[in-house]
Amino acid sequence: MNQQELQALRELIASHKRWDWLFGLLGVFALMIGVLTFTALFANMAIDGIGRIDADFLTSFPSRRAANAGILSAWVGSLLVMLVTAFAAVPIGVAAGVYLEEYAPKNWLTDIIEINISNLAGVPSIIYGLLALGLFVYTFGLGQSILTAGLTLALLILPVVIVATREAIRAIPQIIREGSYACGATTWQTVRDHIVPYSSAGILTGIIIGMARAIGETAPIITIGALTFIAFLPPAPFAGEPPAGMFDWLFAPFTVMPIQMFNWTSRPEAAFAVNAAAAGFLLVLMTLAMNGLAIWLRYRLRKSIKW
Amino acid sequence: MNKIAAALALAGFAVSTSALATPVVKIDGSSTVYPVTEAVAEEYQKAKKNTVNVTVGISGTGGGFKKFCRGETDISNASRPILKKEIDDCKAAGVEYIEMPIAYDALTVAINPKNDWVKSLSVEQLKTMWEPAAQGKITSWKQINPAWPDRPLKLFGAGADSGTFDYFTEAINGKSKSSRGDFTASEDDNVLVQGVTRDIGGLAFFGYAYYEENRAKLKAVPIVAGEGKPAVAPSMQTVIDGSYQPLARPIFIYVNAKSADKPEVKEFVEFYMKNAEALTKEVKYVSLPAKAYAYNLEHFAKRVKGTKFGGENKVGTTIEQLMKLEAK
Repeated sequence: MNQQELQALRELIASHKRWDWLFGLLGVFALMIGVLTFTALFANMAIDGIGRIDADFLTSFPSRRAANAGILSAWVGSLLVMLVTAFAAVPIGVAAGVYLEEYAPKNWLTDIIEINISNLAGVPSIIYGLLALGLFVYTFGLGQSILTAGLTLALLILPVVIVATREAIRAIPQIIREGSYACGATTWQTVRDHIVPYSSAGILTGIIIGMARAIGETAPIITIGALTFIAFLPPAPFAGEPPAGMFDWLFAPFTVMPIQMFNWTSRPEAAFAVNAAAAGFLLVLMTLAMNGLAIWLRYRLRKSIKW
Repeated sequence: MNKIAAALALAGFAVSTSALATPVVKIDGSSTVYPVTEAVAEEYQKAKKNTVNVTVGISGTGGGFKKFCRGETDISNASRPILKKEIDDCKAAGVEYIEMPIAYDALTVAINPKNDWVKSLSVEQLKTMWEPAAQGKITSWKQINPAWPDRPLKLFGAGADSGTFDYFTEAINGKSKSSRGDFTASEDDNVLVQGVTRDIGGLAFFGYAYYEENRAKLKAVPIVAGEGKPAVAPSMQTVIDGSYQPLARPIFIYVNAKSADKPEVKEFVEFYMKNAEALTKEVKYVSLPAKAYAYNLEHFAKRVKGTKFGGENKVGTTIEQLMKLEAK
C-alpha cells in the first residue's frame, strides 16, 4: 500500500468517526430534550411547592382557604384506589400472561387476542373511563366508589401487566421447561414451581410501572365521577364488622391526588397554585418511589435466582 | 361466564352494603357555584363535628342536573336556572326539587391593562364580536369601532359545557350556546386570565371572582346595556343595585324534595341559608340581601317545589325582580 492510499484510508476513517461523533451528539441532544424538560418542570414545581409541604398539608382536608387546605383525603384516596387496582390487575394480568405463554394453543384465535392486548395498551385512558361509567357504575351498580376507580385503573394497566409478564416468561431458557417436563411435572407444576418464581422480577417491574402510570391518571377517574370536596376519610380497610363491614371502604366516595391538583390550578386565588405545585411534587415523588421500588425488587429477586 | 357471575355477585353485594353508617349529603354540579357550596360544606362539617359527611363534585351545571334528575345527588349546584329539558328529565324520574338562589355573580368582560382604547363596550359591540356571523370576519378592534386601532382581536371564553357560556351567549347574542367558534375556549378560567394578560388585543369573559383576584393584571370593561344607558363597571355595588346589566346573573342550588326530608339534608340547607351571606362575600361573590335568604328558608320550610324561571335562562334578572318571581 503506498502512502497515498494510506492517506485516503485515514481520511475515510476520520470522516466516519466524525459522523459517529455527530450522531452521538444528536443522541445526547435527543435524550436531553426529555430529561431537561422533566428536570425543569420538576424543579419549577419543587421551588413553588416545597415550602408548602409540612405535616399539616398531609393531614388536612381540602378547604376554601388555601393556607388551611391539605391533601389528606386525596392521598388516602389514591392509596386505596391503588390497593384495589393491584388486587385486581395482578392476578388477572399475570394469569393471562402465563396462559398466553404456556398454555394457549398457537392458532389464529390466540393471535387475535395477542394483537388486541397490544392495541389495548394504546387506548386513551378516557375511553376506559367511559367504559367503566357504563359498566361498573350503572350496569353493575358499584357507584362512584373506590372499587369502581380501582377496577377502572386495573383495566387500564392490564395490558401493561400482561405484556410485562409475557416478556419476563420468554426470558426463561427453554431447557428449564424441558427439564421440568422430563421429570414428569405437569404444566401447572412447571408454572408454579419454575416459570412464575423465575420471572417474578420482570413481572413485578411491569406491575409497578403500570401502577405508576395509574396513580397519575385523572381523566378516567373524573369520568366515573370522583368528587372534588370531600372532608372525611373512607372507613379503614378491613376494620369494620365482618364480614360485610370489612368492605365498606370499597364503596366509599373518594378523591385522588391528580383531581385535587386539577381543582387547585383552576382556582382564582394564586395561593392555590402553590398548593397544586406542592401536591404535584408529592405525586411525582410517589411515582418515583414506586419506580425505585421496582428497580430494587428486580435487583433483589435477580440475585436470589439460582439456575 | 364465571366472570359475569362474579360481577353480578359483586353488584348485589354493592347494593346491600351501600348504606354507610355516617349520613352523607351528596352535592354536584356547577364549578361556578362550587366555591360557595364548598365553603358552606366546610363550615357545616366543622359545626357538626364531622357527624355528617358532605361531598361536593364538579360536573358542570348540565352534568350536575343529569345526576340530580336520576336521583343520585341530594343537591345540585347550578349557575343558571334549570332548563326545559332538565325539567322534563326530572319529571320523568319523579324527582321534585326546591329552587334557591344563593348569590349573584357578575360575568366580567376583561381586557389587557395596556389596552388604552376601550373605555366601555355596549352589548351591541359585544354582539358584533361574539355572534356566529363574526366567525373568521371580525378579527380586528378597528372593525368594532373605526376610531380604534387595527389590532388583532383575540377572544377567550368559557367552554361550551358551562353555564357561564350559556348565560353569556344568551345575554349577548340572544340565544343560548349561539356563538362564534373561533375563540380560545377553556373550562379553566385561569387559562382565560393568562390569555388576556399576555395579549394586548385580548378580551375574555369569566366570573367576577377571577377578576377580583387578578385586578393587577386585568382591566374590567364597563358595559353599556343599551341606547342611552350609562357604562357600568362590574362591582358588588352595581350588581346589588341592579345597574350592572345584562351580565349579572343569579346562581342557585336545587334541593331534591325527597332528600329534604332527611334530617342531614334539611339541616344542611338551613345552615346554608343562615351562613350564605357571610360565606359568599368571602369567596368574592355578591351575596343576596338578608331578606332573600329568609325568603328561601320560608320556601324551603313550605317545600315550594318547581322553578320560577319556566325552563328559560332569563337574562338580566335583578335581585329585586328575583324575589318577586313566583313559582310556576
